[in-house]
Amino acid sequence: MKKLGIVVTLIIFTGAVWGFLRTKSDDTNIEKLVLTGSSTVAPLAAEIGKRFESLHTNVRVDVQTGGSSRGVSDARTGLADIGMVSRALKDDEKGLHSFTIALDGISIILNKANPVQSLNKQQIIDIYTGKTLNWKAVGGNDAPITVVNKAEGRSTLELFLHYFGLKNTDVKPQVVIGDNQQGIKTVVGNPDAIGYVSVGTAEYEASQGAAIKLLPLDGIAASIENVRNRSFPLSRPLNLVTRAEPVGLAKAFIEFAGSPQVNDLIEAQYFVPVPR
Amino acid sequence: MTKNALATGLIWLSAILVSGVFVWLLSDILIHGLPRLSWMFFAEAPKNAGRSGGIGPIIVSTVLILLVAMVTAAPIGLATAVLLSEFARYDSVFGRLVRRSLDVLAGVPSIVFGLFGNAFFCIYLGLGFSILSGGLTLACMVLPILIRTAEEGLQATPNDYRLAAAALGMSRSAALVHLLLPSAAPALVAGLMLGIGRAIAETAALIFTSGYVDRMPDSLFDSGRALSVHIYDLSMNVAGGDASAYSSALVLILLLLIINSIAMGLAKHWMHRSVVTV
Amino acid sequence: MSLSRADKQLAALLRGCALLSAAIVLLILLFLVKESWPVLRHVALTRFVTDTSWHPVDGLYKLTPMLSATLYSTLGALLLATPLGIASALFSRYYAPPFLAGCYRRLIELLAGIPSVVYGFWGLTTLAPLIGRLHPPGVSLLTGILVLTLMILPTVALTADAALAAVPVAYLRGAAALGLSRWGLISGVALPAARSGITAGIMLAAGRAIGETMAVLMVAGNVVQQPHSLFDSVRTLTANIALEMAYATGDHRAALFVSGLALMSTVLVLVGTAEVLSRERHHD
Repeated sequence: MKKLGIVVTLIIFTGAVWGFLRTKSDDTNIEKLVLTGSSTVAPLAAEIGKRFESLHTNVRVDVQTGGSSRGVSDARTGLADIGMVSRALKDDEKGLHSFTIALDGISIILNKANPVQSLNKQQIIDIYTGKTLNWKAVGGNDAPITVVNKAEGRSTLELFLHYFGLKNTDVKPQVVIGDNQQGIKTVVGNPDAIGYVSVGTAEYEASQGAAIKLLPLDGIAASIENVRNRSFPLSRPLNLVTRAEPVGLAKAFIEFAGSPQVNDLIEAQYFVPVPR
Repeated sequence: MTKNALATGLIWLSAILVSGVFVWLLSDILIHGLPRLSWMFFAEAPKNAGRSGGIGPIIVSTVLILLVAMVTAAPIGLATAVLLSEFARYDSVFGRLVRRSLDVLAGVPSIVFGLFGNAFFCIYLGLGFSILSGGLTLACMVLPILIRTAEEGLQATPNDYRLAAAALGMSRSAALVHLLLPSAAPALVAGLMLGIGRAIAETAALIFTSGYVDRMPDSLFDSGRALSVHIYDLSMNVAGGDASAYSSALVLILLLLIINSIAMGLAKHWMHRSVVTV
Repeated sequence: MSLSRADKQLAALLRGCALLSAAIVLLILLFLVKESWPVLRHVALTRFVTDTSWHPVDGLYKLTPMLSATLYSTLGALLLATPLGIASALFSRYYAPPFLAGCYRRLIELLAGIPSVVYGFWGLTTLAPLIGRLHPPGVSLLTGILVLTLMILPTVALTADAALAAVPVAYLRGAAALGLSRWGLISGVALPAARSGITAGIMLAAGRAIGETMAVLMVAGNVVQQPHSLFDSVRTLTANIALEMAYATGDHRAALFVSGLALMSTVLVLVGTAEVLSRERHHD
C-alpha cells in the first residue's frame, strides 16, 4: 500500500515537472528583450520594462544584474540585447552606441550629529588623503575621522577622484564600501564618518529620518533639483548601450526609456531625468 | 564534583548566550517586518521596484529553485555517502580523494559558485539565466554538506547491524534500506536541514544564475528571483527598500519553518519503518 | 565480503555518483585557472605577494593582506563557534528538558537558513555601531569574526547534535552504571565517541567561514591592509571578488580570479593538512 503511495506521488511529481518544462515551447511568438549590467540601473530598467510590457503585447523584458562591466561585455558579445552601464563609456568602448536615460549626482555626506556644516575642496582632499586626521582641524569635535571610500573601478569613485584631482593610491580610507545603501548605513552608524553616495538616495534617506546630512559642494547645495538644473558639479550618466545601431524591439525600448513617459519611474528611483 | 557543576553552568550559559543573540536578531526582523505582512503580500507581484506590492512570484521561484537543488543533490549525495561508508575501504585512495575534494568544495566561496554556475550552466550548457541553472548551482554547493553528514551518520551505526544482516543472508542493499539508513536518520535529517538552510540562504550564487527577474516563472527555464536575492536588492540597492526587505526576511523564515517541519515529518515517518528499535 | 550481483551494480552506480561529486571541484578549479589566465600570462606570481599594494587599476596586485584577513577571520570564527556549537549540542542532548531542547534545536535549524545578507545587514546596522563606540570605525575584523561565528554556529551545533545522537545508548548506560557524573559521561564517553562526526562538522563550518562573501563584505570594513588589531578594518579575499567584480574589466577581472585561486589553494593546503593529521581508525 505504501509502495503504491510512493509510486503515485512520484508520477504526479514527474508529471508536474514535465508540464512545467513543456510550457517553454509554447511561447514561440513572444519577443524577449534581455538587459544585463549595472545593479544601479537594474531596478529602474526593470520598472521601465514592466511599463513597456503593459503597453505592448507578447513582449518580455528580462533584466539581469552583474555590474557595468558585464553590461558592456554582454552587449558586445550579444549575450544581452542591451547593456546597462552606470558611467560614461571608456575610450576602448567607444565602438558601442550609448543612450543616457538618467543622471545621478554624487553628494558628500556626514553624520547628522557632526557639527561641521560645510567643507571646501582642499579640506576634503586633505581628509581623504589622510593629511587631516581629526575633526577638530576643520571645526568639529575632537574625534578621529572615519573616511569612507568606494571600491576600486566604480564610476562614483572615478568621478570623485577626477573632480578632486586625486589618484586612488592617494586615498587613505578607514572603510571601503560597495553600494550606496552600504555607504549610508555606515555613515549612519558612525558619528565621525564622512563618505559620498548618490544624491537622490541620500536626499531620500535623509527625508525619511536617517541620521545623515548632505554637504554642499563649492557652495552649491547637494540636491536633485540642482543636478536637474546642472548647477551641481558632480554627476554621472546612467546609460543603455548596444553593439550596433538598435533596431526593432531594442530600438522601441530605448526610445521609450528616453521619453517623458518614464520620468515618474526615474524620479521614483531618486535619479534625475535627462532634460529634453 | 565541582567540575560537573562548572560544566553544567558553562553549558547553560552558552545556551543562554546563543539563544539570546539569535532571539535579538529574530525579534529585530519580526518588529520591522510584521507591519507590511498581509495576505496580499504573499500573493501579489512586486511593484515599484519591490517597495510596494508583494512577493508572490518570488516565493514561487524560491520554492522551485530549492526543489531543483534538493531533488538533484539528495540522491547523488546519498549515493556518494553510501559508497564512502559501505562500499569503499575507509583508507582507500578513492575514498580519501572523494572525501577531500568534498572538503575543498565546501570551502569554495559563494561568489565563485555564482560565476562558475554562470559560465558552466548558463553559458556552456546553454540554460541561460534560469531556475534550473540556479538550482543546479545550489546543488553543487549543498552536496558536501549532505554527503559529509550522511556519511558520518552511516559510519556511526554499530557494526553489529551489518554483521547480523550478513548472517541473515540479506543483500547489502536490503541491509541499507531496512537497517542502516533508518538508524542513520537523525544524521540524514540534520544534513537535510543544513542543506536546505544553506540553499535558501544563498545570495551571491543565485544572482548570477537564476537571475533578477521578478515575474512569475512559467517554466523551469525562466529566470526567477529568489527571496534572498530580493532581500539583497531591497536592502542594498533600492532606496527605501528596507521595510520590504524586513518583511521578505520574515517570510523567508516562515517558509523555512514550514519546509523544516515537512522534512522532519517525513524523516520521522521513515524512522518508524526501521526494523530495529533504537 | 563478496557482493551479490545486485550489490555489484549498486556499487558501480554509487562509484559513478561519487566521481561526479569529486569532478565538480575539478571543474571549478579549471574555471578559475581559465579566467585568471589573461593576467597570469604577463604578471609573475611573485608579484601577487611583493607588490606594494592592491590597486589593480594601476597594475598593483598585492594579495597577502587579504589572505591574512581571510585566515584571521576564519580562525577567529572557528575559535568562537566550536565551543559554543558543541555546548549547544550538549545542551539540547543532555542538559535541557525535552521541550526546551526541541525549541532550542528548532531555533538553531532556523538560523542555518537566514541569508548572509540579513546577517550582514544586522551586523552593519546594529553590531557595528556598538563596536564603533568601543573603537572606531566599527566595521572591523572583530565585527566580521562575530558575524561569521553566528553564521557557522548552526553547522557545528547541528552536526555535533547528530553525532551525539548516534552514540550507542549502551555506552551511556554503561557509563551511568559505573557512576560517572554527567560531565564525566560527556567528556569521557559521548564526546570521544562522537569525535569523528563533530570534526566533520567543524570542517564544514570552516569551509562556510572561508567562503562567506556577503556578510563579511558588509561588516568587515573592506580596507586592504594587514590587520594589526581586532578593530582594524580588513578585506577578505571573497569580499574582494564581490566588491570589485561588478566593475572590473580585463586584467583587473582576471586578477580577481587569481585571488579566487589563492583562496582555493589555501583551502587545499588546509584540507591536506587535516588529512595528514587525521589518522582515525574506522571499522571496515
